Amino acid sequence: MPIKSYLAHPHDGKKQHLIDALSAIKECEVLPAKNEDILVVVTDTLDDASEEILKEKIEKIDSLKLLAMVSGFNSPQN
Amino acid sequence: MYNSLSTRRSFIKKMAKLSAITAAASMFPGILFASEQEEGIPNGANLDWKKGPCRFCGVGCGILVGTENGKAVAVKGDPNSSVNKGLLCVKGYHQTMCIQSKDRLTHALVKKNGKYVKTPISEALDIVANKMKDTIAAHGKDSVAMYTSGQSTIPEGYVASKLMKGAIGTNNLDCNARLCMASAVTGFLTTFGADEPMGCYEDIDHADYFITWGNNMAEMHPVLFSRMLEQKTRRGAKIIDFATRTTRSSTASNRSILFEPQTDLAVANAICYEIINNGWVNKSFVEKHCNFSKGLTNIGYGVEDKFKFTDKPEKIDFAAYKEFLKDYTPEKVAKYSKVSAKDIKYLASIYGDPNKKVVSYWCMGMNQHTRGTWMNNLMYNIHLLTGKISQPGNGPFSLTGQPSACGTAREVGTFTHKLPKGVVMNEKHRRLAAKIWKVPYERIPAKPTYHATEMFRAVDRGDIKFIWTQAVNPLVSLPKTSRYRPAMEKESCFVVVSDVFPTPTSDVADVILPASWHIEKSGLYGNSERRTQHWDKMVEGPGDTTPDAWMFIEVAKRMGYGDLFPYSEENHVEEIYNEYRQFHEGAKHGMAPLEVLKKESGAIWPYVNGKSTQWRFNEKYDPACKEGSDFDFYGKPDGKAVIWQRPYEPAAESPDKEYPFWLNTGRVIEHWHTGSMTRRIPVLHKAMPNAYVEFHPDDAKVLGIRNGENIKVTSRRGSCVLPASINERGLPTKGQVFVPFFDENMLINDVTLDAFCPISKEPDYKKCAVKVEKA
Repeated sequence: MPIKSYLAHPHDGKKQHLIDALSAIKECEVLPAKNEDILVVVTDTLDDASEEILKEKIEKIDSLKLLAMVSGFNSPQN
Repeated sequence: MYNSLSTRRSFIKKMAKLSAITAAASMFPGILFASEQEEGIPNGANLDWKKGPCRFCGVGCGILVGTENGKAVAVKGDPNSSVNKGLLCVKGYHQTMCIQSKDRLTHALVKKNGKYVKTPISEALDIVANKMKDTIAAHGKDSVAMYTSGQSTIPEGYVASKLMKGAIGTNNLDCNARLCMASAVTGFLTTFGADEPMGCYEDIDHADYFITWGNNMAEMHPVLFSRMLEQKTRRGAKIIDFATRTTRSSTASNRSILFEPQTDLAVANAICYEIINNGWVNKSFVEKHCNFSKGLTNIGYGVEDKFKFTDKPEKIDFAAYKEFLKDYTPEKVAKYSKVSAKDIKYLASIYGDPNKKVVSYWCMGMNQHTRGTWMNNLMYNIHLLTGKISQPGNGPFSLTGQPSACGTAREVGTFTHKLPKGVVMNEKHRRLAAKIWKVPYERIPAKPTYHATEMFRAVDRGDIKFIWTQAVNPLVSLPKTSRYRPAMEKESCFVVVSDVFPTPTSDVADVILPASWHIEKSGLYGNSERRTQHWDKMVEGPGDTTPDAWMFIEVAKRMGYGDLFPYSEENHVEEIYNEYRQFHEGAKHGMAPLEVLKKESGAIWPYVNGKSTQWRFNEKYDPACKEGSDFDFYGKPDGKAVIWQRPYEPAAESPDKEYPFWLNTGRVIEHWHTGSMTRRIPVLHKAMPNAYVEFHPDDAKVLGIRNGENIKVTSRRGSCVLPASINERGLPTKGQVFVPFFDENMLINDVTLDAFCPISKEPDYKKCAVKVEKA
């Protein structure tokens, strides 16, 4: 049951597009910075394989320039 | 804001989110995540935001508290604070919720005929002052004692010290920082002659490696750990977790290396052996800036009452030190530390690489250790041998646990042996204190009396007949509470407890005094990086709640010492701080003026010519260093730090046939120490409602123990029943169990041992022998 957090950097002028695209994915919680072009993304998936598939899906979003993982917790009880 | 977390899983998501926000803030100072930081603020609220430090751990994050109509309604991180850059952990975000708790102590309670009777505060303070005076008259000044806290503010600690040492004339003052930081203090003093870290949190932005020694920073210092994670992601900095238990810190690190309890002493020596054997010693640094010494060995464990120990340092040379280390080759140490020779060599190679900057972090794992002073010395040995000290990104960094363990306990000096500057044993220091306090010099006794453990032993023996505790909960936090709870219940000792909430300690009090909480008073705290932070009172406290400093002053006046405490109720914090600053005047410890602290989010001492000193002992940054010295460890008369020859010695109690498991105790991210505040914050209590006993899955399998099953943990002192936890929060090594100590309904300290480091007198909460059985 992995929970991971990422920093997502949009391409110039594409912040809103990235927010919309990520918000449409049900395993993603999106928290955009108010005054910088960066988004916090928290993912919540069933297992490592689903997490990997999700990550690939996120990385295919056109408006995404860079996705950097910050923290990961993988605890079955949590 | 406060209702957004209702399950453990959502709590973890919150932590993941906070880690990312922290990382973002490190890259973009001043970044705002408005929806997160201001969630829960009432619509249309016209909030007045006031700055201060967080109430909880020693990191000292800056907070902004939003108040409206006299109530604290929101908390957010202070973006102007260089400590946390606008971020907070979950405890920080929710801290003000506890003050609205229904069982808040709002009025003084005096025990009459076995029942607590609500009493006006003025009358309760009369009772306290009269009882203190009568006890002194009948039994002498050393029959009264005060036990305070690393959560006391600087002014509170200062007036406590002035009342006990300067007015009454007894050194019967100690504090709970004895339980968490005393070994760090003696480590600093024996190696450098000056307390507290030489570096600062900015080291995180420069280091290539972070090596954490027995230190679960992801849960105990989460904002700093998030800053480290950000450097890991952004610059490729590496985190190595060296511990006896696999934790969230271990899983987030690049490497996790586990060791057998107590053998950190041997591994540290083996690292030094490798540094010397491979020619990685920074020779010019060591020759110019270091001496070598050894002390006594087989120094005991302090388990008996009235235990005494004084070390006898003896100078040695490099050749003798090198010879001593031959017993600590990686291959020899691997046999009993359970750390492979390869891993020991790996650790040594990181420290030994002249092109890599390394910061070592530690906290309770090294300090709560029967050889805690030695372990601190050994850490400094590694950094001194390699010259990796007092430079940005290079240094040993002792983290502290409480918000003002440094500012109050260590700098003001609320230990039995301490004065606001120096120690009671030093005539010059006593004379300075007497001059500033305007008391006869002879009144301050030259000998320390009781350290924390011995203080409560003295209560048990009947030697102490009056004790006043403040912002502290010893009947949950002391080791071996199975002895000290009945001791405090004895008729022979009158017990006064000042606190914000009822606790197991206030349950045995004769008088309970209702204390103001953090933001209901003005104050100052000092954090782990020598940063002093001020805050103004933000809201009124309920009922008769009163700042602790003012209660001390009122009692002092009633005892006839009013002329020594001429402070006004409105401005006593400012007046006391300005008096206290006189103790530290000069380039080595100058404190920032109050007007600076009111304006800025803290300042790091030594504060010289309007500037904080970020790296002490390095001439480039520290104006107190001698010109041309490069590095000047000016706490020592010759300006040289000491590399100590300290051997491995076993723990006070090790597993045996009858008690086959190590017991390790500690904390969890949700709760602050004994839980008296955080267990009253619904979101934190729901996330972690009770303590538990962690097992290694192999041990659980052999014993047939299932997750959640009630287990009785028993030592030679007592027992405690808790649910089993297997493969959940943490993973102890085989043969070890771990229990957090926050839960007053599951008192694991009934089981622990009150053995301590003979030099620092700090107890070892990390190692004793227990047996486990299904309850």
